[in-house]
Amino acid sequence: MSTPSDRLYTKTHEWIKLEGEGATIGLTEFAVHAIKDIVFLELPPAGRALEAGKPFGVIESVKAVFDLNAPLGGPVASVNAKVADDFTALAQDPYASGWLVKLSTAAGDRSGLLDAAAYDRFCAEEHH
Amino acid sequence: MSEEKLIFEKSAPGRRATTFPALDVPWDASEPWLPAEARRATPTGLPEVSEQDLVRHYTRLSQRNIGIDTQIYPLGSCTMKYNPKVNEDLAGRDGFRNIHPLQPDDTVQGALQVLWEMERWLSELSGMPEICLQPSAGAQGELAALLVCKAYHDSKGRRPRKVLVPDSSHGTNPASASYCGYTVETVKSRPDGTVDLDDLRPRITEDVACLMMTNPNTVGIFERDIRTIAGWLHAVDAQLYYDGANLNAICGVARPGDMGCDMMHFNVHKTFSTPHGGGGPGAGPIGVKAHLAPFLPVPRVRRSEAAAFSLDFNEPASIGRVRNNTGNFGILLRGLVYLKSFGGDGLPEVGRRAVLNANYLLALLKGRFNAPYGDRCMHEFVLSLGDRKRTRDLGATDFAKRLADYGYHAPTIYFPLIVPEAMMIEPVETEAKETLDELAAVLARIDEEDPALLRAAPVNTPVGRLDEVGAARNPVLRYKG
Amino acid sequence: MPFEHPYLPQTPADEAAMLAAIGVDSVDALFSPIPEELRFKGPLQLPDHLTEMELKESFQALGAVNQSTGSLDCYLGAGAYEHYSPSAVRHLLSRSEFYTSYTPYQPEMTQGVLQAIFEYQSCICGVTGMDVSNASLYEGGHALAEACLMARAKTGRNRLVLSAGLHPESLQVLRTYTRNLDTEIVLAPLGPDGRTDLAALKGLLGQGTAAVALANPNFFGAIEDAAPFAEAVHAAGALFIMAVEPVSLALLKSPGELGADIACGEGQSLGIPLGYGGPYLGFIAAKMELVRQMPGRICGQTKDNRGQRAFVLTLQTREQHIRREKANSNICTNQTLLALAATMHLGALGPQGLQEVARQGAAKAHYLAAELQKVPGVRLSHTAPWFNEFTLDLGRPAAPVLKSMQARGILAGVPLERYFPGRDREILVAVTEVKKKARLDRYAAALRASLE
Repeated sequence: MSTPSDRLYTKTHEWIKLEGEGATIGLTEFAVHAIKDIVFLELPPAGRALEAGKPFGVIESVKAVFDLNAPLGGPVASVNAKVADDFTALAQDPYASGWLVKLSTAAGDRSGLLDAAAYDRFCAEEHH
Repeated sequence: MSEEKLIFEKSAPGRRATTFPALDVPWDASEPWLPAEARRATPTGLPEVSEQDLVRHYTRLSQRNIGIDTQIYPLGSCTMKYNPKVNEDLAGRDGFRNIHPLQPDDTVQGALQVLWEMERWLSELSGMPEICLQPSAGAQGELAALLVCKAYHDSKGRRPRKVLVPDSSHGTNPASASYCGYTVETVKSRPDGTVDLDDLRPRITEDVACLMMTNPNTVGIFERDIRTIAGWLHAVDAQLYYDGANLNAICGVARPGDMGCDMMHFNVHKTFSTPHGGGGPGAGPIGVKAHLAPFLPVPRVRRSEAAAFSLDFNEPASIGRVRNNTGNFGILLRGLVYLKSFGGDGLPEVGRRAVLNANYLLALLKGRFNAPYGDRCMHEFVLSLGDRKRTRDLGATDFAKRLADYGYHAPTIYFPLIVPEAMMIEPVETEAKETLDELAAVLARIDEEDPALLRAAPVNTPVGRLDEVGAARNPVLRYKG
Repeated sequence: MPFEHPYLPQTPADEAAMLAAIGVDSVDALFSPIPEELRFKGPLQLPDHLTEMELKESFQALGAVNQSTGSLDCYLGAGAYEHYSPSAVRHLLSRSEFYTSYTPYQPEMTQGVLQAIFEYQSCICGVTGMDVSNASLYEGGHALAEACLMARAKTGRNRLVLSAGLHPESLQVLRTYTRNLDTEIVLAPLGPDGRTDLAALKGLLGQGTAAVALANPNFFGAIEDAAPFAEAVHAAGALFIMAVEPVSLALLKSPGELGADIACGEGQSLGIPLGYGGPYLGFIAAKMELVRQMPGRICGQTKDNRGQRAFVLTLQTREQHIRREKANSNICTNQTLLALAATMHLGALGPQGLQEVARQGAAKAHYLAAELQKVPGVRLSHTAPWFNEFTLDLGRPAAPVLKSMQARGILAGVPLERYFPGRDREILVAVTEVKKKARLDRYAAALRASLE
C-alpha cells in the first residue's frame, strides 16, 4: 500500500485529510501493520473538541496500548461507527473505509506535519 | 483431547461435599428476622459436588500446572527460590493460624513478637532504621512509601510534583507514582544499562519529589553511582526510593540504607522465599530513614522495656492505613522463619551464591546469545533475541513456548522494555549447577532447531498457543450455565 | 569452613567449576562492580542461623504464647470470622503445583491455576449477582478503595458519598488511597435504627458525585434497607457500590439484585484462616460496562491452536506492566492462592452448605442476643434487622467487662471504642455456625456474672 499524497502525516502515525474547513483523521498502514491484531479501539464521541497534538483515543493490541494523537484540533463531527465494532476496515483499508473521526473544522500548527514523502522517509529511518 | 471440565459442569443437584450438625438452638423457620424485601431471590450458581468430585477436580487441575517444586523458574526480577516446607508447617500451627486480628494485644504476644522481630531483621539487613510491615505486596509498599514521601514534603510546606523513574523500571513504579498524584518523568539509561547521569542531573529540580531506582537495576547491573545520585537528590530535599525487587543480589553484601536510599520496599515473596501461590499472596513491607518515620502507616509495633509487645495507633502524622489489619501476617511469619534459618552468618551466602549462579549461567550462554550488557552481571542478566528476530523471524515468545515443550517455564520475556526481544534470566541460589547446565543445554538445542518447531510450540503441554486476541476482543470472563 | 544449608546446593567443587567457567578467582571478584565504600563491612548484627529442628522449637514456643480460638471462645467479627473449613480444602490447597506456582503468564503450562481463577470469578459473580469479577485484590479495605477509584475514573467526578456504616478500617484505607487525588469524601449518617439514613444521603448527592458506597450488612451488623438506593444514586449520575459479606449473600439480596454497579468486600469468611489478619482476600465485581475500569488481573476463556477450550489472563492492557502510569491500578501480585481457597471452599459447601452456614450463624446469633438481653442493663444498640453480628450496649463501660469475660475464657466482642471514641459502652458481637448452644449459654452466664 503506498502512502497517499493527498494528506498530511504525524510522527505518531496518524494521517489527516483536509476537506474544505473540516478534515478526516485516521491511522497509517505502518501503524496498523505494527499493531497487528487490534483488540480494542476507543474513539471520542461526536461533539468532543480535540486538541492538536493531544491524545483523543486509544488503540490496543493484546500486549500494547497506543494513544491516538490529534494532528490538528477541532470539534468531532462524526465517528466511523463501522470501525468501532469491526476492526477489519481499519486493519485492511486504513486510508479509506478505515477512517476514524471527522472534524467539522480543523485548526492548529501544521508545521510539524509531514507530507507523504517526508512521512515515508521518517518511517524508513524509524524502522532501523 | 485435553480439556478439563469446569467444576460447574461436574455439578448435579443434591450433591454435597460438606454437611453440618443439626441446629441446636430454638429457631423459627419463617425467619422473621429477615424482611422479605431483603431476602435473596436468585440462585448463587454454586456447584453441587461430592467431596470426592471436589478433590478429584482440583487435584487434576493441579496436575495441569507447574510450580517451583517441579522445576526451575528462571524468571528475571521474580526471584523464584525454593519455598521451605518448615515455613508451611509453622504457619499452619494453631497458635498462628487461629488468632483473630482484633484480639487484645495481651492474647497475641507471640504474633506481635513475630512482627517485631521481622522488623528488626529487615532493618539490620537493609540499613533502614524504621520498618512498617503493613503493605500487602511490593506495589502497595511502593504506594505507601510514596505517600509517606508526599506527607513528608507537605509537612515542610513543599509541593514537588514529579517522580523520576528509569526507562528500565518495573511498571508498578510509575503506576504507584500516579496513584499519589505525581507526574512521572522517565530517565534514560546508558548503553551499559545504568542510569544516564547526564540525562538525570538536569532533571533533578526542586519540583522532583523522588527518584525510584532498583539496585542492581532491572538489567542486572549494579548502579555504582547511586551515592552520587542520592547526594544530588538530597541537595533539593528529594528522596531516593529503592525498589527491593532485586535485593537478592546484595543480600548481606550491601545495604540500601548505606547507599543513601531514604525509603524502600521489600518483596517478601521474592527475597524471603514465601510461595508465589499462583500470583499471590505476597507482602511488601517498607523501610525508611528516621526523617520519614513519623508518616509511616499505623499501627506501629512496639516493645516495652518489660518486653511486652503492643500495637501503637498513636502517630498523629501517619498517612493512615493502606489496608485493614496489620498486614499479611502468615507471609511475614514465613519470611521470618526463612531469615532465621540463614541467620546473620548465612544471609550473605544467599547474595553471593545468587550472583555466582547468574554469572555461571551467563558464561554458558553468552557465547551463543547476545548479552547486551557484557560478560558480568549481578543476580540476573538480560539476553536479546533481536538478532534471531531479524534473521529467522523467531522472537522471545517462540523460545519461551519451545522451552515449555522441554518442561521448562520460560524466563521473563519482553521486559525490560529497553531491550528488543528481551529474555531476562535469574537463576536463584537454590538451583544446583546441574540444573543450570541442563537449562543452558536446552536453550542451545532449541536455538539449533528448525524454526518451524519453535513457531508451532508448545506441543507437549496440555494446551497449545492460545488465541489471546479473541480472548480480548470477545471477553468471556465467567461460566454461564 | 563453607556454610552448609539445605537450601544452598553449591558444594566447594561446584563453586570451583563455576568460577573457572566464568573466569574469575573468587565469588568476591563478581562483586567488584560494587564500590568499596558501599560494601557492607559486617557482620550483620543478627543471631546465627538455626537448623530446622531449632527453628521448629523456637517458633512453636512463640506460637504457643498466643491464645487461639482453641483456647479462647472468640466472638470477634468486624470483617474476620471463625468459620468451619472442610479438611478437603486444606489438602487441595497444599498441593505444591498450586502454591509454589508463579503468576500464569505462560498459560500453556498453568491451565490449572487459570481454570481455578476462572471458576473463582464465576463463583464471585454468582454470589454477588454481578457480570464480571477480577482475580482478586489484597483484602476488603483495598477492594473498597479500588471500587471508589473505578467510579472516579468512569464518571470523571470527584465526590464520594459513603455510608457511615462502612467498616472504619476500610474507610481509613480509602482515605489514604485518595489523599492526593483531589477527592471529596462525605459520610452519610446512620439513622436511630442503625441503618443508613437515605434521606440524609440523598441530600448529599449532586452533580459531582462519582459514587455512593453502602455496606450490607453494615459494620454494626444491621441489614440495610438497600432497595431504594440504586435509583437515587443513578438519578444523580453516580455509581452504586455495595460492600458485602459473602456468607450473608446466601440469604440476603445480592448487589446485582439491588442494582449495584460494583460489589466489593472481604472474602476471608470463605475458608480462609483468621491468621491474625492476613493474608486475606479482597473481591470486586461489576457490571460488564465497567470491565475496562476494573483493576487487577482478569482470566478469560478462549481456544488454543488445537481447538480446545482454555483459559488465559486477558485485558492486560489495563494493568501496570503495560499501561504503567496510566494503569487502572498499580496492583501486580494479588491473592490468587486465597481466591483458590475460596473457590474450593464454595465448591465444598455448595449452595445448600452456604445457606446452612448463613442460617445457623444467624440463628445462633439471634439466640445469643435474646439471652443477653435478659441480662439487666444490656440491650441491642440498633432496632433494624440484623444477620449474625450485633452491637450490644452493656449499659456501662465495656473495657472492664471485656477483661472479666476474657478471664473467663471468652473474647466477648470488639469494643466499639476502638473505632468510635465515646462509644465506650458498646461491643460488636459475631456468632457463626461453629458455636454450640452450650457455649452460647456459657457466654450469657459469664456476662451476667461479669456485670454483677
